[in-house]
Amino acid sequence: MTTVIEVRGVSKQFKIHHERHQSLKERVLHPRSGTTELFNALRDVSFDVGVGETVGIVGHNGSGKSTLLKCICGVLKPSTGQIRLRGSLAALLELGAGFQPELSGRDNVYLYGAMLGLSRRTVDAVFDEIVEFSEIAPFIDTQVKFYSSGMYVRLAFAVAVNVDPDILVVDEVLAVGDERFQAKCVDRIQRFQREGRTILLVTHNADQVRALCDRAIVLDGGDLVADGPTHESLRVFRERLLDEAAEHDPEKLLGTIQIESVTTPSGSFEVRNGAGIHLDVTVSAQGAFSGNFVVEVFTRAGLLVSRSDAQGAPVNLAPGANRVAVDLPALPLLDGVYDVNLGVVDAHGHTVVAWREGAASLQVIYDGREGGIVALGTAVTQL
Amino acid sequence: MDEASLAGPRERALAEAPVRVVSARVGLGRRLANLWSRRELVWGLVFSDIRIKYKNSALGIFWSMLSPAFTLAVYYMVFSLFLKNGIPNFVVYLFAGLVVWNMFLTAVSTATGVIVDRAALVKKVSFPREILALSNVGAAIVYFVVQIVVLVVFLAVLRHAPAWGYLWLLPVSFLALAAFSAALSVVMSAVNVYFRDMKHLIEVVLQLWFWLTPVVYSYENSIAPHLAAHGLSVLYFLNPVTLVVVTFQRVFYVTPVVHSTVTGQVLNILPTWSFERFFLLNLALLGLSLLAFVVAEAVFGRLEGNFESEL
Repeated sequence: MTTVIEVRGVSKQFKIHHERHQSLKERVLHPRSGTTELFNALRDVSFDVGVGETVGIVGHNGSGKSTLLKCICGVLKPSTGQIRLRGSLAALLELGAGFQPELSGRDNVYLYGAMLGLSRRTVDAVFDEIVEFSEIAPFIDTQVKFYSSGMYVRLAFAVAVNVDPDILVVDEVLAVGDERFQAKCVDRIQRFQREGRTILLVTHNADQVRALCDRAIVLDGGDLVADGPTHESLRVFRERLLDEAAEHDPEKLLGTIQIESVTTPSGSFEVRNGAGIHLDVTVSAQGAFSGNFVVEVFTRAGLLVSRSDAQGAPVNLAPGANRVAVDLPALPLLDGVYDVNLGVVDAHGHTVVAWREGAASLQVIYDGREGGIVALGTAVTQL
Repeated sequence: MDEASLAGPRERALAEAPVRVVSARVGLGRRLANLWSRRELVWGLVFSDIRIKYKNSALGIFWSMLSPAFTLAVYYMVFSLFLKNGIPNFVVYLFAGLVVWNMFLTAVSTATGVIVDRAALVKKVSFPREILALSNVGAAIVYFVVQIVVLVVFLAVLRHAPAWGYLWLLPVSFLALAAFSAALSVVMSAVNVYFRDMKHLIEVVLQLWFWLTPVVYSYENSIAPHLAAHGLSVLYFLNPVTLVVVTFQRVFYVTPVVHSTVTGQVLNILPTWSFERFFLLNLALLGLSLLAFVVAEAVFGRLEGNFESEL
């Protein structure tokens, strides 16, 4: 497979000025004063992305994911290391950043195209598609300063995706626009995947990564801490989130509760469609704690089947080992493997105090002929 | 849709696509190649800036023609009626030099602040940053062309023919000026990111520079004899704008030696160099200016690595 993005030992340091002396007078008067501190936004990050891959980059705020993306796009230069790119790249970083408010939508399309490195002729060829995708045809000759923020973003998105990029870099932009336009964007990204284009998706929305990516990279404090199949990387991401939450945990609850093991009475995780399964969960607690359980069920493709959000009566945990029963009374699922994640949240439902990603894998058996995830038992009869 | 057939050619084409490298140090050759491949963006920015400048004005770009035409008319009145300095058709001499000086002044003074002014763009969109400075040089060139048109119309009205035999000096001289303006603009735009005073300092320096350039006075008539006495003539020509100004004056004003309209004395206005001498000097200046531009690119490359910490 051809490698289209090669990131090799990339580090990025930012200088943080504590006292800025930018005028000549100040520099002459204070030649040595004004301390600068170095901040490592990225530390020795290396990975490859092959043609046609969709890779998610996840990490919480300040993990360096935006810095990495800006380096890949060439907005920032790495302090050390290098990035090698093959093919054209379009970035949906800050949509409409290159727009000139005083110019019309039409002029901005050409200017933005030129910034992406496209000739006037190339833009001419796709201009109508851009306008159609953006759905702002009646306003294309209006100055963009009169556009609503939605129109602004739609036009920028339309330019970036219609210019035939080999690599598309998307940063949190799927959160813009109304629901219908968002669906259109996801649809376009999926079409890019089918067309064999390479996509880098940066987000802290784990569900989006599960839905779109085959592979995910996790950054934490500027280090690459995981790079692998989406569900494995997301497990690391969740654990890191917990570790980080523990540092800011006022009541010091985190780490005091552990989900030790998950078993079934028969020892088997096989279950027939329509039957239930009883999970026997062992939880150890260092002190008495009252909280709720969260149960998530995912398909292997990363689609969320169900998330139970801390409903029902709280579970009272005593110091030491506790046994908790988690019942999934009737699984209406089609055959396949389903991953179960378990978590414990406090009584308010605000703080996750324990989490176990991939606590169990259920093997569901189904003899019917339906396709999809859920067995609805659809019947068609002639009347 | 047949998906496999879509994926195949893309992968094959990509395997042969050139590799772009993002790293702390980019070689000078690659910088210049990048710049060349993005030349269309320079003109895109130039024309969008001009469009913004004259948006909602009824006469639009004609203002950039009207304003120098008006200046020319005023100078004509002042120097032919009130401030007679004895140089016949002095206004032609003056305007030929002023056109050159205005281009240099506009380019350098607007380009110096451009990276700071466009910080939002620099921090969000990827393109060779020096293009911002170069687009200001481009805009200065557009205004230069407009002023040349005004000058030509004015010459036609006065029935003042240029020195036809020397006309070929203009492209060489113009390119030298453009390259030198670009070199200085690129360096100043980067330096201004670190020393914000540069924007104001350059205005002062440019004022002084103006008087070191023979635009409103004649070098041959005023300074040359004094400098020649000490063998320092070459010093004056270290200012690259001087040669371009003198060349334009030679082409448009034509006569190096005139009789004063006031006293009737013989006045040496311009150097009495041959075409070959003018041509070789301008060619040398073009070479040096291009070299200066390459050096400016190297300097910009060193300075731009830390832009994001300073903007």
